[in-house]
Amino acid sequence: MQTFDLEAQGLRELNSSLHAQASDTNQTHWEIVNPKGSHAIAVGLDAPIEVNVRGSTGYYCAGMNKQATVHVHGSVGPGTAENMMSGMVVVEGDASQYAGATGHGGTLVIKGNASSRCGISMKGIDIIVHGNIGHMSAFMAQSGNLVVCGDAGEALGDSLYEARLFVRGSVKSLGADCIEKEMRPEHIAILEELLERGGCDAKASEFKRYGSARKLYNFNIDNAY
Amino acid sequence: MCGIVGLFLKDAALEPQLGDMLTDMLITMTDRGPDSAGIAIYSEEIEGCAKLTVQSNAPDEDFAELEKDLRKRVEGKVSLAVTDTHAVISLQAGQVSVAREVLADIRPNVRIMSHGTTLEIYKEVGLPKDVASRFDIRQMSGTHGIGHTRMATESAVTTMGAHPFNTGVDQCLVHNGSLSNHNSLRRKLRRLGVHIETENDTEVGAAYLTWKMQTGSTLGEALTSSLDDLDGFFTFVVGTKDGFGVVRDPIACKPAVMAETDQYVAFGSEYRALVNLPGIETAKVWEPEPATVYFWSHNAAPTAQEKAA
Amino acid sequence: MKDDHNGAPRTVPIQSATFSNPVNAEIRRAAATGIYDIRGGGAKRKVPHFDDLLFLGASISRYPLEGYREKCETSVTLGSRFAKNPIQLDIPVTIAGMSFGALSGPAKEALGRGATMAGTSTTTGDGGMTEEERGHSNKLVYQYLPSRYGMNPDDLRRADAIEIVVGQGAKPGGGGMLLGQKISDRVAEMRNLPKGIDQRSACRHPDWTGPDDLEIKILELREITNWEKPIYIKVGGARPYFDTTLAVKAGADVVVLDGMQGGTAATQDVFIEHVGQPILACIREAVRALQDLDMHREVQLVVSGGIRTGADVAKAMALGADAVAIGTAALIALGDNDPKWEAEYNALGTTAGAYDDWQEGRDPAGITTQDPELMARFDPVEGGRRLNNYLKVLTLEAQTIARACGKNHLHNLEPEDLCALTLEAAAMAKIPLAGTDWYPGKPGTSY
Repeated sequence: MQTFDLEAQGLRELNSSLHAQASDTNQTHWEIVNPKGSHAIAVGLDAPIEVNVRGSTGYYCAGMNKQATVHVHGSVGPGTAENMMSGMVVVEGDASQYAGATGHGGTLVIKGNASSRCGISMKGIDIIVHGNIGHMSAFMAQSGNLVVCGDAGEALGDSLYEARLFVRGSVKSLGADCIEKEMRPEHIAILEELLERGGCDAKASEFKRYGSARKLYNFNIDNAY
Repeated sequence: MCGIVGLFLKDAALEPQLGDMLTDMLITMTDRGPDSAGIAIYSEEIEGCAKLTVQSNAPDEDFAELEKDLRKRVEGKVSLAVTDTHAVISLQAGQVSVAREVLADIRPNVRIMSHGTTLEIYKEVGLPKDVASRFDIRQMSGTHGIGHTRMATESAVTTMGAHPFNTGVDQCLVHNGSLSNHNSLRRKLRRLGVHIETENDTEVGAAYLTWKMQTGSTLGEALTSSLDDLDGFFTFVVGTKDGFGVVRDPIACKPAVMAETDQYVAFGSEYRALVNLPGIETAKVWEPEPATVYFWSHNAAPTAQEKAA
Repeated sequence: MKDDHNGAPRTVPIQSATFSNPVNAEIRRAAATGIYDIRGGGAKRKVPHFDDLLFLGASISRYPLEGYREKCETSVTLGSRFAKNPIQLDIPVTIAGMSFGALSGPAKEALGRGATMAGTSTTTGDGGMTEEERGHSNKLVYQYLPSRYGMNPDDLRRADAIEIVVGQGAKPGGGGMLLGQKISDRVAEMRNLPKGIDQRSACRHPDWTGPDDLEIKILELREITNWEKPIYIKVGGARPYFDTTLAVKAGADVVVLDGMQGGTAATQDVFIEHVGQPILACIREAVRALQDLDMHREVQLVVSGGIRTGADVAKAMALGADAVAIGTAALIALGDNDPKWEAEYNALGTTAGAYDDWQEGRDPAGITTQDPELMARFDPVEGGRRLNNYLKVLTLEAQTIARACGKNHLHNLEPEDLCALTLEAAAMAKIPLAGTDWYPGKPGTSY
């Protein structure tokens, strides 16, 4: 296991060391200490390594991740796992706004709450939040799954495309073109797998599914405002 | 576009370290605002006394005989403590308006940064670390304080364009964001007789709050109505004699992080600003909700929508 | 003049200048359809432009360079401020960002071929990077847009520079609209969208707002790409002084400034014609911002929006730009709006030179379309050859002017080499009116 003191060694050294890891690396476990809210920690990784961050991070932790598992033992700032391609990011604490923004793949698990715009413009990522999510989450979400074990804030799924949203608690309000949809057996099956992957002990039957009414898909003046 | 920090102490034992802690927090926010920096600090109240913090670009000249000159025309005790370009004038509470008139008359280039019983505001152009060191902010003690680092968007990088802005007695405002209707609002407020010095959007926000309070609103009500009357993006932190308040616009995309322990309540534009506070690892950390007014005061636990002041 | 029934003269019918026939037709169209007009291209109205400036050639007080024999350099380096690998271009004319989706794959290939032959760069657009353009572009700038369609770290690393798009001249503050007809299987897949829907691009980036956040976003992109790639910031011409200042403060290597004549694949006509400033009014303000920060030539300025000729290139550079970008002109060079398709333009209810319904995907020239049959009309090899020719002419023309002004490098052109023909151009470009030493607002004058 490699231990990296971010405060002592610096961000550039950290990311270039992590980027140097290839698929066949034998240094698969990394510990980052003293993150102290720094930005761009472990961004652009592309190897099947496991990175544990001991503390809280700033903006864009694990941004554009591929293959790697990044586990933050603390809270994360804005845009964590933004544009993730594959791999897994786990946040033990809370996530600030834009968590998982535009993510194309992989899994983001937030064990605390996520703030506003969680999953904004998501493009295939699976996001599993144990707590609540803030306003404007899943705005223009295109594909992938957003699972919320707690409550959702205002304007959930505004201008939604084909992403699936599963919420167990209350939804303060739905955004434009987002509606509740029937939970069919295939959705239960998808959700059960997501809950297991995210380490949630919630039952799929307790959730409601939300998706696009598809009324904004082709322009109609009656839908504008 | 800026960095904001705030620290409100619950544990009086930390008061001598307030300036030191705030200085570290402020310097961490240098990247968000390298153009200018400022700090509002609230310290002990002396019964019956008031303080004017004033600034001059030619302090040697303007402050040299100022104490003596003021005493000629202002009744009661008057004292002056100079720190770099700023000076704190202490005087009897009832003499503030007289002193303002006298100042305008005898030192027209001296500008008033703040007026209060416990509040002092220090702000200048330059990197946060340099500004903090000019005013020796590390040595200051107090009950609470707010700091700001500025990256100017449209208005000039000047002392008067730096934050915090004094909004009323013992009140101040800092802002991160960009208001989109400040020009119309500035014209309206000026027509109503409100003095607005700069083309800075935040100064309009500050003047708006001052005007609302002068016309009968509490600070809480003024902040609530600001959600309707101010357009654009903002996170505001306001300082009051007893504590501070936070409000974010309904879109709320400018960042804001709060932390609370038994010893303090802290605010930062980024979590980075808070990482060296004692006990931060176990503090309650959260983000204020959009379009919601919060206050923390010595009189009450954190509350949303409290009608303070 | 007609007589009335009684033989007395009567007033001729007069068309209103305000309610002109085109205006009335648009009112009727809006009333019938309930949707605003969406189209491609840039502003069509006449605005003060480079045509309103002239060069002062050398004679006795200055000496010209020999047209064919004496060297006039054209090279430019973009991204020398922070990037480990700045971009070196042979000519200061680049190809502006245009999306795959808006343009066909073969059209993107042709842009790459032509730019590479001419020794310059091309740019992706909203929709991601295609093999056609990466494979055929020696230097490729990868746009980082609010939509993040097709955005991925592999393409980020195989790009030669990254352009963070904050806005564009056709629609500062707005996002694009790619209508359903153009969302083919391939476009849909690249954008992770259902086929055939109307795709609205966001106007704000999803994960940052303002220069303080942008600085952190730039840090992230630099960390992902090992600090190798130049980072450009593209803004629409609206408040160029402030936007340039803030792009530099946020850490940009290059500022790309697009005036209102700059084109778009598809957006509201009201946006194209009524938002933003002409490029002529933007350049000096952006340069002033760079000068105030002591960053002119340290952070390079690329301007676009209505560049057509080598004279335009030279004028933009004389006003302080380091390079220009062309979009609409490049498409015309490829064959867009060519009169040889006149019969087909007529069938679409338009005429060659006026065709702007790029959003519909029915381009007879096979350039702004995803229709396989129409695309097949366009030969990317021939298109590349034509673009290379055109880029060469732009360069030769700019060199001709620079030599006439006594310059051995295009970068040595100065505002003082110009005069203005109109008061408007004089005021906007801060160039003296021809025959005077004065322009409106000149410091020290009261006009």
